[in-house]
Amino acid sequence: MTNAVSTKPGRPAASDLVRRLPEYLMIWVPLLLCAVHLVSFSLWTIWISFTPSTLVPVSGWVGLRNYTAVLASRNWQIAFDNLLLFGSAFVLLSAVTGLVLAILLDQRIRGENALRSIFLYPLAVSFVVTGTVWSWLLNPGIGIQKLVHDLGWTSFKFDWLIDRDMAIWTIVIAAIWQSSGFAMALFLAGLRSVDADIIKAAQIDGAGPIRTYWRIILPTLWPITITVVVVQLQFAISAFDLVRALTNGGPGIATQLPALVVYDLMFQRSLLGRGAAAAVLMLLILLAVLLPYAAWRYVQKRRATHA
Amino acid sequence: MRELAPGRVLIYLIVSLIAATWLAPLAVVVLNSLRTNEEIAQGSMIGWPQHLAWSNYAAAWSGFCVAETCAGIRPYMLNSALVTIPATIFSTLLGAVAGYAVSLWRFRGDNWIYGIVTLGLFLPQQMRLLPWTIVLRDIGLINTLTGLVLIHTIQGLSFTTLFCRNYYVAIPHELIRAARIDGAGFFRIFWRIILPLSPPILIVTVIWQFTHIWNEFLYGVTFTNGQQQPVTAALIALSAAVADIPQHGVQSAAVIIAALPTLLIYLLGGRYFVRGLTAGAVK
Repeated sequence: MTNAVSTKPGRPAASDLVRRLPEYLMIWVPLLLCAVHLVSFSLWTIWISFTPSTLVPVSGWVGLRNYTAVLASRNWQIAFDNLLLFGSAFVLLSAVTGLVLAILLDQRIRGENALRSIFLYPLAVSFVVTGTVWSWLLNPGIGIQKLVHDLGWTSFKFDWLIDRDMAIWTIVIAAIWQSSGFAMALFLAGLRSVDADIIKAAQIDGAGPIRTYWRIILPTLWPITITVVVVQLQFAISAFDLVRALTNGGPGIATQLPALVVYDLMFQRSLLGRGAAAAVLMLLILLAVLLPYAAWRYVQKRRATHA
Repeated sequence: MRELAPGRVLIYLIVSLIAATWLAPLAVVVLNSLRTNEEIAQGSMIGWPQHLAWSNYAAAWSGFCVAETCAGIRPYMLNSALVTIPATIFSTLLGAVAGYAVSLWRFRGDNWIYGIVTLGLFLPQQMRLLPWTIVLRDIGLINTLTGLVLIHTIQGLSFTTLFCRNYYVAIPHELIRAARIDGAGFFRIFWRIILPLSPPILIVTVIWQFTHIWNEFLYGVTFTNGQQQPVTAALIALSAAVADIPQHGVQSAAVIIAALPTLLIYLLGGRYFVRGLTAGAVK
């Protein structure tokens, strides 16, 4: 696109500058505000993470002390373990659910549009709403367990919401319900773009539908799978609203996640330096996912232009 | 009608079962919003209303108490609307102009600034919480709706600029070049050529921004309190306020009301909603 239009202005005359001031303002002010806030806010938060700030930001240098304090805290350790479990379970299960839904919808079934709308509607509601509703359904006193008890099966037990070891799975359930539709939409678009001739050729060679899927169609989906995984991981790493509404980190601190630790340190304990350090740690986790993805995208693009 | 093969029957069966599971939470909340609190307390959250308790909606809209104020969910819905509507309009318009400038007009440093702006898609909100707190306090906008509009407009630019830019790069440059030779300037070209081509991407962007800002929670709960909070924060405050004596009927009605605007937009503009989702993913 660098050769788009030869409109890159040279050094404009002063009168020209005045005449074109409105357009310069309109182009630069919003973009600069956005870019400057991104860069300066990030740098400022990183700087605060190296200061002894508590209630208010102060200058000073404590090296990595905030980081070691956060990393050594039980809160963060639990949050990090939870993130590993929640992140992998949620990403894997929602990708599988989305893929199964996409394959089912790809069978030229009636009512495909209506079904697609049903699987996608949770994406239109807020995580607060999702979390609140699932907190009712999963609450053993009033939700699914109570219903089954009232129906007569009194030994039925489904109390993950108040079980320290299982509570994190309630977040996995709600997150899958909310965002499998997204994976489905991407996979479905991928399935629809597979060359029909290749499929026909496979069928002529005598491959059954399952074999055709397994050998011919699914292998073409792996770039989409990577995109799905990265986007879902991005959500998992910064998940806040959903947990806040569903378990609020409880029981105890059993469902703590990094974003909740950041909020707790910054605004409930007024430990700004440590809160900033926790935020930077979140950013680092995110970069550990995004940088390899960006590198992969770059290689893909180069290969595409060379081919 | 031709006979259905057993394999097809199985597919329909599985799909219907999953669809029912996906609809169940919505059905439960809708049904509960029509049951009295006592009726829910006797049984479970999952059940058929004995008689329709429409009064839940009246109580949710303007009756129940959050903290010391008993005005229902109405003031918070209004707050959300007063934040979401202006922020959606501003960020979409500014994003359209910026996207046009970056893709078709071209100017010195455009690739650089565009690259930085799109980093906003990835930067976690947690990295901006403290700086925003300080900026808002310094300019006197902490705990105001205007402050939230400002935040969502500036941050939204990352998305809106990307959406519009990716749409505008497909417009033939000859169109712009010819207009410039005829003496048309930046704004005239935008107004006469770009905007008339833009409705599809503007609809996608508006739906995306509206849904995200309406559903946003972290900034709402961090930068506002009490009567200034958006409805997502109010729902959490409501759950906490009634923790001792749950009012699940009224709470369900409140949840439905709070979710209604984005659900309606989804139902009306589903196609554009999905386009935004996939466009946002393949950044």
